[in-house]
Parts: sequence; structure tokens; C-alpha cells
Amino acid sequence: MSIAGHWYLALGAVLFSIGAVGLLVRRNVLVMFMCIELMLNAANLTFVTFARMLDDIGGQALVFFVLVVAAAEVVVGLGLVVAIFRRRRGTTADDLHMLKG
Amino acid sequence: MIHAAYLMPLLPLAGFVVLAAAGRRLGDPWAGWLGTATVGGAFVVAVITYVGLLARHAGPGREFTQTLFSWIPVGGLQVKAALLVDPLSVTMVLFVTGISTLIHLYSIGYMKGDRDYPKFFVYLNLFVASMLILVLANNLLVTFVGWEGVGLCSYWLISFWFGRDTAASAGQKAFLYNRLADVGFLIAIFLVFDKTGTLNYLGIFSQASQISSGARTAICLLLFVAAVGKSAQIPLFPWLADAMEGPTPVSALIHAATMVTAGVYLMCRISPLLALSSDARLVVACIGAATAFVAATIACAQQDIKKVLAYSTVSQLGYMFLAVGTGAYEAAIFLMVAHAFFKALLFLGAGSVIHGLHDEQDLKKMGNLRRYMKLTFLTFGIGWLAIAGIPPLSGFFAKGDILDNAFARYPALWVVGLVTAALTAYYMTRLFVLTFYGEDRWKKASAGAGHGSGETAPHESPWVMALPLVVLAALALVGGLLDLPGHLSFDPLGWLAPVFGTALYQAHQSGSTQWVLAVVDAVVAVGGLGVSYALWGRRVDNPALEPVVLQKSYFIDEIYDTAIGRPAESFARLAAVFDTKVIDGAVNGVARLARGVGGGLRRIQTGFVRQYALGIVVGAVALLAYMLTRVS
Repeated sequence: MSIAGHWYLALGAVLFSIGAVGLLVRRNVLVMFMCIELMLNAANLTFVTFARMLDDIGGQALVFFVLVVAAAEVVVGLGLVVAIFRRRRGTTADDLHMLKG
Repeated sequence: MIHAAYLMPLLPLAGFVVLAAAGRRLGDPWAGWLGTATVGGAFVVAVITYVGLLARHAGPGREFTQTLFSWIPVGGLQVKAALLVDPLSVTMVLFVTGISTLIHLYSIGYMKGDRDYPKFFVYLNLFVASMLILVLANNLLVTFVGWEGVGLCSYWLISFWFGRDTAASAGQKAFLYNRLADVGFLIAIFLVFDKTGTLNYLGIFSQASQISSGARTAICLLLFVAAVGKSAQIPLFPWLADAMEGPTPVSALIHAATMVTAGVYLMCRISPLLALSSDARLVVACIGAATAFVAATIACAQQDIKKVLAYSTVSQLGYMFLAVGTGAYEAAIFLMVAHAFFKALLFLGAGSVIHGLHDEQDLKKMGNLRRYMKLTFLTFGIGWLAIAGIPPLSGFFAKGDILDNAFARYPALWVVGLVTAALTAYYMTRLFVLTFYGEDRWKKASAGAGHGSGETAPHESPWVMALPLVVLAALALVGGLLDLPGHLSFDPLGWLAPVFGTALYQAHQSGSTQWVLAVVDAVVAVGGLGVSYALWGRRVDNPALEPVVLQKSYFIDEIYDTAIGRPAESFARLAAVFDTKVIDGAVNGVARLARGVGGGLRRIQTGFVRQYALGIVVGAVALLAYMLTRVS
């Protein structure tokens, strides 16, 4: 049996919202990264669902791009986190507001 | 041999380049000798060209174009740097280089010991080279190059002693008056190109009859505007009197050879155009006659020896334009050449006087110099008689030629010319008597200034200064032979006639009329001379004869100052206010606006990453909401 496509879409929306809210409310940079990953993958899920529903391979192709970009982003982001951790104890995002205008 | 014509402008130009590069190393006096040699070389080439042309048959055979290089090849505009060698340009070159050589020679002595001795000859050589380019050019644009070069060099030379404020401002004045007139030249060039598609003189003349008569008159008058500035006619004449601030050889050069004659030459060059426009000719004749008279009256009341001579030049140039206006181009050239001889002589003589009296230029502080400066006295005397129009010197024939033609064409202007002739004899006699006769007034003046009289005793000038005086005096004596009346077989200027062709107007009066006119000229000249001697022979001050209005040149400077100078200054002040308030205000306002906006926007950059993220989320949600409303 197959589950109707809109359930997948609903799951993607829920995951995306959890990620967005998590990004806004958590202060730990590592957790914020995880939230970003959650949002990215929620988007991926939606893409795949639509590719399936509309019978269009374009959606799946986009997912590969997102995965590659996400991998690169994580590398850069974790590099930043490590660099920050070396200079100061803890990785609380709100402590880093030296670029205030 | 005549194909060496390109050497005529090239030699002085080469002299200029060498002097500009190595003048200081050559120093005093070798820089001067080099300059003299190059101009003298140009004179030799000119003589060779002259002889070569004379050997050919009269008419088109005596005219050839020598192309040097293609200067501006742009589509329909093809301008070549080319020389037009014909009787007119060769006549000009002959006397320009001849007189310039003498003035160069004279300058070697006159400028001796000057701080900027080599620089003087740099300018002098470029001056002569520019004038030669001007007269030899075969198209309007190359003429314009020479025209501007002459103006530039006159500016440098008039303000040569720029340490003096008066000299600096006199140079600027000359330059500005000339620039103003040059606008006419430029517009004329545009108009000519628009109407004929060429700038070549011969090309223009061959199409002259196809140009509409209005455009033809406009072209002639615009070129006349340029000539008015360069040749110091009404209303652009005040600069020439102020130009006396330059060293005296410069004055001689400007007045005799390289500057003011350019305007008359230009008018003669475009004679085929002028011939077709009687309106333009009438304007030229009237301005010429008016200038001749007005300048002569001013010259009657001047105190400075050089200013008298300056206004006399303006007056004589007026005669030349009167001749051009009547179509008597040959007569105009005749007076130009004769005038070059005696005016160069008078200026160099005046320079000798000034030199001898240690830079004294005031006529009232001279007197009795015939005792001390025999040679200057004799040569200056010849110049005086020549310009006064006493027969049989050159001035008599040259002026007579012009007056005969004016008599036949515009009798009213003939009367003006005749009165001017009397005034000319009058003011020149006044100048001569005050300088060379009477008491030794300079003794009193120098004693008052605290010098010993022995120290300032006038002395004769060195040979380099005396030789040009003698040569020019001889030329002024026999210059009349160039074009004797009655069409005798000896008629050197007669070879010019084919250049002007049908444009040339020559009055053919009966023998008796000609004799009567000649006698009238002579009587008027002698009369003016006699009256002047009676009035000035015994006295120095005669306020009734020197009204302030004439001493101040009809307040022309004051009038221009009030009518143009002051309003221009007020406008400039207004513009300055507009500049600081409006333009600067707008620029500063834009900067202030950017700064204010930036100051406001920086508040939202808090440095908290999560706040930015919130912004992104809110923005994305808002965007989505908007799109949803559009879809439904």
C-alpha cells in the first residue's frame, strides 16, 4: 500500500517548522547547525515528494545539489565552530555580536 | 630652386626648437645671433623664391602649391599642411622676413644684459615662424594655426617683463581681445566648410559664385571680425596701445611685420570672396576710415613716445582697410610694405632714444636729442617725413594710392582719409619736435631724480642697433618706387594684380585729376606739418591741444570696463554664490542624506545571528503569504 503524497508534504512542513523554531530559540551553535540541517532535509523531502507526484526528475536532481551544498556548508560551519571554540569557552551564539553596526 | 619654399617657415621654426632646447647654453649674444641667422636664412630663401617666380610668366604660372603632409584626413574633411606660393604670399614673406631679420639684429643690442636674453629670441623666432605659416598656408585651417601662434607669441612677448604688473595685464589684454576676435575666424571656417566642403583657398574661390550672397557676406564679415581683432581696428583696438609694455623690438615686430598686418593680409587673401559682397566691402571701408581718423586724433594727445607710434599704427591700418574696402588690394599691400619700413624704423628709433635716455619714454622729458644722437635723429627724421606723407618718400605714394581709389569710390571716406593725413603729419611732427628739438628737459628730470647729469647723458647705440636703422631709413626713402603712380614700366608690386584678378579695383583717373589729388595730398601733409611746428616748436605744454578725452583714448577702457567688465564681474560674483550655495549645497546634501540613511539603518545590524535568522524567516513567511494571496 502506498501513503498519499500530502502526508509526506505535511511531514516536510512539520520538520521544517521544527528546524526554523529551533534555529530561533536555541543558543548553542552546534544545535543551530543541526536545526539548519533539519530544514535542508525537510526541503529535500518535499522536493522528492513533488518529483514523485508530478513525475518530474528535476526535483530529485535538485536534492543532489542541496546535499552537496549542505555538506560544504557543514564543513565551513564546523570549521568556524572549532575556531570560535579555540578562542573562547563555549559556543553560545549571542556572545558573538562583535559585528554590531 | 623655388621648391625650397618650405624652408621659409621651417628655418625660423628650427631656430625656435634649437633655442628652446639649448638657448641658455648658447647664452648672450650667441642665442641672438642664431635667431637672427635663421630668420635671415628664411629671407634669403624668400628672395630666391621671388626671383624664381619672376622668371616665370605672369598669371597662374606664378602660383604653386607645395604639400608637406596630410594633416587631417577625416572623411569629407581633407586638410593638408600645404603652402600656397604666389605673388601675394611671397611679397608678404619678403618683407616679413626682411624686417624681422633687422629687428632680430637690433634686439641683440637692445636686449643685451637682460636676464631672459635667450628666452626672448625663442619667442621672437616662434613669432616669425607663426607669421610665415599664416601667410604661406594654402587653406583656412593652417592659416588659423599661424593666426593663433602669432597671438600666443604676442602674449608672451608683450608680458615679457612680467614682473611689472602693467606688462602682465597688457599681455592678457592683448590675448583676450585677440581670442574674442578669433571666434569670428572659427565660425567663418565652419561656415565655409558647410557651404563649400573645402577649406582650401583655391577650392573656396572656385565655388565662390555658388555660395548664397548672404552666406558670402557672413563669411567675409566674420573673417573681418578676426581681422579687426588682430589688426586693432574699432572696436577692438585698445590692446595695441597697451602692448607698448613689451620691449621695444617687440613693438616694432608687432607693428611692422608679424602681427597687425595679418588682418589686412587675410582680407587681401579672400579678395575673390570680398569682390562678390559689396556690403562687406562697405563695412570694411567704413570701419577702416573711422579707425584711421579716431586713432589719429588719439595720437595727437599722447605723452608716451611709444603710445603715439602705437596709435599711429592703428590709424595706418585703418587706411589699409579703407583700401581693402574700396577693392584696392594692391594699394593696401603697398601701404603695408611701406608702413612696415617706416614704422619699424620709427619704433627702433624710439627704442634707441629710450635706450639712450635710460628707459625714459615721456615726450615731455626728452628734447634736444639731435645734439646727442645724430644717427638716430637723421634716420628717425626720414621715418617721420615718410609717415607724414611728404613727397617723394614712400608714405606719400602709398597713402596717395589709397586716397585716389577712395576718391573714385567713396568720396565721403576720401575726406576722412584726407583729414587723417593732415592729423598724421601733425602728431608725428609734434613727436619729432618734442624729442629732438627744444631744451634738454631730460637734464632737469634726471637732476630731480637725484642722478648726476654725466651719468645719464644720452649716448648713441651700438652698431647692431644702428645698422637696422640705416637700412630701414634707406628703405623708407626709396620704398615709394615700389608702385609709382601713372603705371610706369617700373612697377614691382604690379605682379600682385593677377592674384586679385577681377576683384582688384584700380581707379583710372585722368592725368590732371591724378596730379590735382597728388598736390592736395602733399599740401595737406605739409600743412599739418607746418601747423604742428608752429604750435609745438616753442612750447612743451599746451593743455588745450591735449584734452583729457584724447589722452584717455575717448575713455574706451573705462567704457568697456563699465559696459562689459563690471557686469561680467557682478555676474561672476552671482555665479560664485550659486556655486557655493546651490551646487555645493546639492553635493553636500546628497552626502548628508546618505549619511542619515546609513545612520538609521545601522541600528538593525545588532550582531545577533538569531535576530538575522528571525528576519529571514519573517521575510520568507511574508513573501509566501503574499504569493498565496496572489494565487487565490
